[in-house]
Amino acid sequence: MDPKVKVELYRTMVLIRSFEETILQHYHADKSPAWDIGAGLIPGEMHLSAGQEPVAAGICANLTASDAITATHRPHHLAIAHGVRMEALAAEIFGRETGLGKGRGGHMHLFDPGTHFSCSGIIAEGLPPALGQAFAFQRRGLPNVVVAVTGEGAANQGAFHESLNLAALWKLPVVFVVEDNDWAISVPRTASTAVPSNAARAAAYGIPGERVENNDVEEVWRVAKGAIKRARSGDGPTLIEVHTVRLWGHFEGDAQAYRNDLEEAKAHDPIEVYAGLLAREGVLDTKGAAKIKEECTKEVASAIDFAKTSPLPDPAGALQYVFA
Amino acid sequence: MALTATEAGTRKLSTAKAMVEGIAQEMERDPSIFVMGEDVGAYGGIFSSTTGLLERFGKDRVIDTPISETAFLGLATGAATEGMRPIVELMFVDFFGVAMDQIYNHMAKIHFESGGNVKVPLVLMTAVGGGYSDGAQHSQCLWGTFAHLPGMKVVVPSNPADAKGLMIAAIRDDNPVIYMFHKGVMGLPWMAKNPRAIGTVPEGDYQVPIGSASVVRAGKDVTIVTLSLSVHHCLDVAEELAQEGISCEVIDLRSLVPLDRRTVLESVGKTGRMVVVDEDYQSFGLSGELAAIVAETDPGMLRRPLARVAVPDVPIPYSRPLEQAVLPTHSRIAAAIRKTVA
Ligand SMILES: Cc1ncc(C[n+]2csc(CCOP(=O)(O)OP(=O)(O)O)c2C)c(N)n1
Repeated sequence: MDPKVKVELYRTMVLIRSFEETILQHYHADKSPAWDIGAGLIPGEMHLSAGQEPVAAGICANLTASDAITATHRPHHLAIAHGVRMEALAAEIFGRETGLGKGRGGHMHLFDPGTHFSCSGIIAEGLPPALGQAFAFQRRGLPNVVVAVTGEGAANQGAFHESLNLAALWKLPVVFVVEDNDWAISVPRTASTAVPSNAARAAAYGIPGERVENNDVEEVWRVAKGAIKRARSGDGPTLIEVHTVRLWGHFEGDAQAYRNDLEEAKAHDPIEVYAGLLAREGVLDTKGAAKIKEECTKEVASAIDFAKTSPLPDPAGALQYVFA
Repeated sequence: MALTATEAGTRKLSTAKAMVEGIAQEMERDPSIFVMGEDVGAYGGIFSSTTGLLERFGKDRVIDTPISETAFLGLATGAATEGMRPIVELMFVDFFGVAMDQIYNHMAKIHFESGGNVKVPLVLMTAVGGGYSDGAQHSQCLWGTFAHLPGMKVVVPSNPADAKGLMIAAIRDDNPVIYMFHKGVMGLPWMAKNPRAIGTVPEGDYQVPIGSASVVRAGKDVTIVTLSLSVHHCLDVAEELAQEGISCEVIDLRSLVPLDRRTVLESVGKTGRMVVVDEDYQSFGLSGELAAIVAETDPGMLRRPLARVAVPDVPIPYSRPLEQAVLPTHSRIAAAIRKTVA
């Protein structure tokens, strides 16, 4: 693998983590002393993606802005890796008029037509629209593909199975990606899913299924590359499951009392693991890694600054945008 | 001998704890009751509606499900038709879309389609409401949607005592009962503090009859018909307006199906003015229904035009100033009442 690609994968992961850490900090900064989910500069539910960076980095390195992604309630890592403008992303999270949805959507409802990025807060419900985007690409003779992402919990929804079947039947250019972080809020995958690997479910629809173990960003990159190529060349969908890790709570404020794997999870922080690997391989030394961190921190800081200094929407416009 | 808090009727619980107490007492009484849903076990319900039940009743009766609402809501219906009494949680009412067929074409219609031969005694409990910036897919009330579709009773408690009494009544009812609890009335430690979410709750078993509204504040100038969290806002506004000499009668509907028309009509007959405060969407819903029953009864009953304070037919926005502009907040309610009595 080209060392330049490796460094890029690493940089994307660090950029995502820097963003999530900064959101985390701002989210909690002004909710005390009596913690109130509706208070502060960033109110509402907040699902952060720390630990799941390898999925976003590995997949999106194979995409262009003409390709589409449908993400979940935990969307930031995919948005950033796919090149959604970070300033507009941050501004949406801060509920500002300059945000992706002018403050109407919020962090679970991000839409960026420029990069064909969207997400939904309803489990597995980003998959059906992904089929439609793929259908449009196919009908228009475009080489673009759609990556439809869900969690492993979502793979037990009807919409997941209906979408796989239809995409397989019509050979739509979709790549289905399941982020298996072991948990659906407090429910472990063993208590929700009848098969040990969602990749096995691909067989039911006659399409290839692959599972990537160990949150391995290079393996995600390699498997995604093959699946995306297959979709682009008209051979239809692939189902990929990545065994990843949720380092933080399901949402912020989640005490995670149900979780017995937290210490172990922390020991498998994919960014540290990958930094270690790149150092051993001589691809990136600590100085190089520090420089990347510094650059990412700066980029994030300026996006957050943009968000915080942007105006809040005028309540007079509260009824806008219901119809075109 | 000093009375204990319970004997004196002063024991206080949050709405969430009152709900759980009602469920637990019924589970002790009736082994055919079980609780099922996402994160109802170890987590205790995202909004604490099942806290402690797993520890007390074990995992055969308090069951975490996969995220498969169609499957487990349908399962509840099937189990109910075979004589069990499921309490099933839909985490947020906003998620009904993925499973609505099981709800309105099956759960709600089987009794009718079977000519009354098959009963579906179950409670579908679900969190509703906004006000904390959770966006368009996690902030809706939607009770009007469920009330519109025949075959389901719909209850909407606003306080701890009613929450327990309605829960027990819902469990004992032989029909599907949609039990809708607003997150803002639950008394959750991680939401805006709401003193009205904590209240005196009788310890024993008692029912709040389904279909009976409650006059939570008596008054003579104007009737405020409301439900759920909006009851709290209306009581605050009524208190404030009393200083201006406006006397508000506040009705907490508590049930939408069946609707306690008599309590509403009696009050409006007395005051001649009605303001409906409803956190659901305005059009084709509760406020229109209330206007209709008044008009059907006596079009001359209202001395002043009806006022509606509801969500003005826009999805709930994320950003705080926008969300506050569309919810039935204190200032919108007060303005509507002032206009109605002017
Ligand atoms: C249809 C539906 N049911 C339930 C929920 C509530 N919910 C939000 S996230 C979540 C868990 C999702 O787990 P998973 O798909 O594994 O994704 P993860 O959160 O682990 O990233 C649940 C149950 C929802 N948003 N939509």
